[in-house]
Amino acid sequence: MSIFEYNGSALVAMVGKNCFAIAADRRLGVQLQTIATDFQRIYKMHDRLFIGLSGLATDAQTLYQRLVFRHKLYQLREERDMKPETFANLVSAILYEKRFGPYFCQPVIAGLSDEDKPFICTMDSIGAKELAKDFVVAGTASESLYGACEAMYKPDLEPEELFETISQALLASVDRDCLSGWGGHVYLVTPTEIKERILKGRMD
Amino acid sequence: MRMVEEGDRKLYPFRPYVCDGMKLDTSGLESTAPVFGIGNEFLSSGFQMTPSFQLPSATDFEGFQKEAIQMVKPAKGTTTLAFIFKHGVMVAADSRASMGGYISSQSVKKIIEINPYMLGTMAGGAADCQFWHRNLGIKCRLHELANKRRITVTGASKLLANILYSYRGMGLSVGTMIAGWDETGPGLYYVDSEGGRLKGMRFSVGSGSPYAYGVLDNGYRYDMTIEEAAELARRAIYHATFRDGASGGVASVYYVGSEGWKKLSGDDVGELHYKYYPVVPAASVEHEMVEVGAA
Repeated sequence: MSIFEYNGSALVAMVGKNCFAIAADRRLGVQLQTIATDFQRIYKMHDRLFIGLSGLATDAQTLYQRLVFRHKLYQLREERDMKPETFANLVSAILYEKRFGPYFCQPVIAGLSDEDKPFICTMDSIGAKELAKDFVVAGTASESLYGACEAMYKPDLEPEELFETISQALLASVDRDCLSGWGGHVYLVTPTEIKERILKGRMD
Repeated sequence: MRMVEEGDRKLYPFRPYVCDGMKLDTSGLESTAPVFGIGNEFLSSGFQMTPSFQLPSATDFEGFQKEAIQMVKPAKGTTTLAFIFKHGVMVAADSRASMGGYISSQSVKKIIEINPYMLGTMAGGAADCQFWHRNLGIKCRLHELANKRRITVTGASKLLANILYSYRGMGLSVGTMIAGWDETGPGLYYVDSEGGRLKGMRFSVGSGSPYAYGVLDNGYRYDMTIEEAAELARRAIYHATFRDGASGGVASVYYVGSEGWKKLSGDDVGELHYKYYPVVPAASVEHEMVEVGAA
């Protein structure tokens, strides 16, 4: 089994009309053994910028701490929040620093620009950016997520419709994956507010 | 290569051809006493008593076998359990089939009905379990016709264990419990493809078995009512599906008493969780390490 599948994860981000949503499962496992069902995979960098880290949990946490450190330095020096595009470049650079001994993580970045334009992007473990206009997925349930998103996604959804779509896509996908699931965690971000919701799901 | 000397030839005068025809010799499986009358073509025509399988004519048989085994093992993760108590035997299982991390089915029948008085459980290779339980069912029925009485659980489990032992090392993957009721009362045996056969009061088999044992050993009493026993079995399966990623789907519970087996329940574990734990506490999702302030 790949080290990327050691803990298990499902991660997805979707773009709507002047908004975005990012969702993840809540399981932390060691191979097939479920250790925790309230695990946090999505982190808030600032009010309009989120990063989800799929893959090896220990590397995800370490990487997150480095990102927070670099982001804080940026805030102090520039006296403003980082733009999503800039942050994606930062993550990419930090990942490529470890080109020959990478963090075993696949990040998903989602943010809202100053002009309320949503931005989503994913990367491989050594920082190759993949920008998308509709949705991005990562984790052990990524194949199922691609299928679910491909079928359910529609462009320019309103925030509440987007929430419904991303939630259904996530829950449907993790039900076909042994290593992820046990509930879901969704952030819905609009220019005016952040909505955080915990999803009930199958606990097997 | 060393030249063979005269002396060697005397030591080993006879060297049989091992790989002649490459067909598995199953003659050892035939029961010494025929189960039905000699020359009864009517009963035996159409199928062989013991199936025989062609072996691949590969030069590296062991290596070929190892690769082939990996291709035919879908139902790997499983939780099954069975226990004897005052009123009979309780048998329960989950219903998930997985291939690696992918869930290929959530509705597998892992409790196999061998005959109205006997059940088998399925863990390991789905095809191996299904085939050999069906095969066992045939043998049990023939025993019944020949001897005018039902086969004992002891006898049936031994029949299966002997077959599995004859295929030992060839890649069969079976971990099963044979549970039933015969003239001696309730019976329970664990049989596996390594040739093991154990009699016992309480068994659990599969990747989720450690979790199921935890619940089962904790809650087991011999003098339980049928309802209590069914609930214990269901709970043990549920807890196993919760912790084990490869178990899930439906928790089905069967009971075998003097009147034969009966399916008591089949609950979707997805709903069972919220039945057992109705209020989901709005737990804090904070997992950050907080720095301790200077003392």
